[in-house]
Amino acid sequence: MRFWFCSALLLGLTACRPAVLPEPPKPISGARFQTADTQALQRDPFANPGLLWVDRGEALFTARPSESGQACVACHEDKLQGAAASLPRFDTDTGGLVNVEMAINNCRQARQGLPALPWESEDLLSLTAYVAAQSAGLPFSVDLSGPARAHWRAGQRYFHTRVGQLNLSCANCHEQFVGRQLRGDTLSQGQSVGYPAYRFEWQSLGSLHRRLQFCNSGVRAEPRSGGHPIYLDLELYLAWRAGSLPLEAPAVRR
Amino acid sequence: MTTNRRTRIAAPDQATVGEVIAIRTLISHPMESGFRRDATGRAIARDILVRFECRFEDQLIFAADLAPGTAANPYLSFHYRAERSGTLHFLWRDQAGVETRDRHALLVL
Repeated sequence: MRFWFCSALLLGLTACRPAVLPEPPKPISGARFQTADTQALQRDPFANPGLLWVDRGEALFTARPSESGQACVACHEDKLQGAAASLPRFDTDTGGLVNVEMAINNCRQARQGLPALPWESEDLLSLTAYVAAQSAGLPFSVDLSGPARAHWRAGQRYFHTRVGQLNLSCANCHEQFVGRQLRGDTLSQGQSVGYPAYRFEWQSLGSLHRRLQFCNSGVRAEPRSGGHPIYLDLELYLAWRAGSLPLEAPAVRR
Repeated sequence: MTTNRRTRIAAPDQATVGEVIAIRTLISHPMESGFRRDATGRAIARDILVRFECRFEDQLIFAADLAPGTAANPYLSFHYRAERSGTLHFLWRDQAGVETRDRHALLVL
């Protein structure tokens, strides 16, 4: 009942969409929308539960996967510092965007002769968390030139497109109603800098795409699969939209 | 995942005689309560840790019984008065009796 009232209210307030897409607001990290305790847990270099995945990722990154195989660190001696901040990027081989998870799987298949890890598997999450953590503190620096531009524009378009039975776009919640209550939750700007992040609701670390699926099902739109081109376009748009916000994976969120 | 449990231990490497030290532990575990159902309506089987113990050499210094209400990836923090050098032994036991162990050397000056 209250849910329908809220959505009716949202629809009423947001019926007029501006013809020109608005500039994104001054970026605020999702951490700022958490309680002081949650923020302290994220900052704690021991107790942040996401670090369990980073630890495992480091072990996977350094260990040789088999007798003949090379460890990730054999090529990536710099431990991929700063690499996650430049992703997703356009990949000429596949003709699409590549994010951290896909870059890891591409490397496994092309250079290590290993099968791709399933999306959202513990091992892929661990490696992603480790690689993302190596860029903590840096802002995103994604390349929007050339073919990436069209993907950025597609992401921007999706961000402002109403979807689902509740007929809400990302921008409705995460730009127009930032800081307002959505039932028990405070709406954030939907910044992606903390992902993969540990969410209390999941009791686990999860990828950005899992978070996007969660948003999609929240407005009763059909969630896409992890790694879906639309999510990659959106990921690129979100990376650009984060401006100078520093990356903070693994973040802790509600 | 029942294999690949990851543990984290934070405790000082050195302490003075009589110093009270903080010991913090973290372990990866889903702590599945047994009360949830999956997308098809089937009950998800309970899978929890039931016991945590910390020993200094052979002496039990801290223990906890864990229950289905405990959140995933249990974090436990406690204090201990350091009297002599030795090894802290940590043990987590799940409902099937499978044990995960870790240790930390403590030098008391």
